[in-house]
Amino acid sequence: MKRLIALPFRKSLEIAFQSIRVRFFRSLVTTMSLVLAVAFLCYMQTCDDFAQGMLASGDVAAYEILVQAGYDVVPGGANIATSAKQRWIVILSLLVCIVGIINAQLMSVTERFREIGTMKCLGALDRFIVRLFVLEALMQGLAGSITGALLGMLTAAVSSTITLGTGAVATVSWPAVGYSLLLAIVTGTGLSLIGVIYPAIIAARMQPVEAMRVDQ
Amino acid sequence: MTGKTIVRVSGVTKDFDLGKIVVKVLKGIDLEIEEGKYLSIMGPSGSGKSTLFNMIGGLDKPTTGKVFIDEVDIAQLDAYELAWLRCRKIGYIFQTFNLIPVMTALENVTLPMTFAGMSNDDAVEHGMDLLKQVGLEGRHAHKPTELSGGQQQRVAVARALANSPAIVLADEPTGNLDLKTGEDIIDLLKELSSNRNVTVISATHDYKMLNVSDQVIWIRDGRVDKIQERSELEIRTGGLE
Ligand SMILES: Nc1ncnc2c1ncn2[C@@H]1O[C@H](COP(=O)(O)OP(=O)(O)OP(=O)(O)O)[C@@H](O)[C@H]1O
Ligand SMILES: [Mg+2]
Repeated sequence: MKRLIALPFRKSLEIAFQSIRVRFFRSLVTTMSLVLAVAFLCYMQTCDDFAQGMLASGDVAAYEILVQAGYDVVPGGANIATSAKQRWIVILSLLVCIVGIINAQLMSVTERFREIGTMKCLGALDRFIVRLFVLEALMQGLAGSITGALLGMLTAAVSSTITLGTGAVATVSWPAVGYSLLLAIVTGTGLSLIGVIYPAIIAARMQPVEAMRVDQ
Repeated sequence: MTGKTIVRVSGVTKDFDLGKIVVKVLKGIDLEIEEGKYLSIMGPSGSGKSTLFNMIGGLDKPTTGKVFIDEVDIAQLDAYELAWLRCRKIGYIFQTFNLIPVMTALENVTLPMTFAGMSNDDAVEHGMDLLKQVGLEGRHAHKPTELSGGQQQRVAVARALANSPAIVLADEPTGNLDLKTGEDIIDLLKELSSNRNVTVISATHDYKMLNVSDQVIWIRDGRVDKIQERSELEIRTGGLE
């Protein structure tokens, strides 16, 4: 006899989506740190894109505006140099974000220990549980990153227009901005997935007896 | 009394290692449970009923001794076979209901069918049918929080029956219910065992359970104190009244 236990992918998606929807507030909190970190990353990148566009226009006035706005431009140079300090701040914010995600996901596992145990009593395999958590993280990651990236880009556009003038919008290379957006979204979704690995493994290892405990 | 043995417990002990001390909860249990029986495990609080129950259900491993279901030693099963056993062979009912809170009553009932590979349409149809059997027609779209305790336990009973298991394990199914609702659940379980030849094993200290049990196993301090057949019980309760 074939003893097969299955959870079709479509059904996993459905359950994961429902789980996010029902616990909307909780998901929002989990996603918030991601939104902020991704917005920051995208903001930094897009600001550079605007400055780069100005620099590439080769205008002398543009060059002076850039210097005045505090950009590190070498005379005759072709690239805006991102300072090491800036890069570190971005990396740091992403690290803080990952820790935040891990923390929030671990809490969510603790809250759902009975639910996870019950699913195992009903025959769920370890990998079903991992899959559900990963799918949830993927959806949260995508939603949060897209929101964050758009937020960051808009802020960058507004602040660049203020500090660099309307010339910035005219000279910017839109493909570069698009690339920055994409990079921020991919990074954010990646972070969300990295953050869920450890909590998902903890959840999957949970023993079905846990579901039976009356206390807590 | 020549029924097939469906569960055999042989020399099961269970210790919990709490670091400094080792708690010996089960001290050698031997049982044979016949197919289609309604069985109650009775005993004072802390006597090890739930612990024994978890061993029988394959939810926990004995320290020593073996549990056989259909003459298969469940310690020998791999993760897939164990999941299959939990999904298809055994239905669980818990004192705390344990419905999945984010799912509706119907989704809770169909989840084990999905695990068992049933198509969505079939699962929905069968799920509605089961909800009707437990008297919850029209409540299928409700979330557990929108149902009373008794209704939640009915959903749990329907879920336990989802894949037509041979064994239903119920750990204090009436523990969190009032008298009347508890009786309803007991009747429901009794009906199951007599109509569908399902073996019902329930741990309890609810004396109402005695009236419907084919066999009562008394546990005291991690050992089987005595096993009473239905006939002996009737004489006894009759004598008391
Ligand atoms: N995970 C555990 N770790 C340590 N001790 C445990 C554990 N589970 C159960 N015990 C101990 O085992 C003993 C029996 O517990 P069990 O839950 O089986 O009793 P019970 O007969 O079901 O009681 P009740 O009627 O109150 O449900 C108790 O003394 C309990 O403290
Ligand atoms: Mg108990």
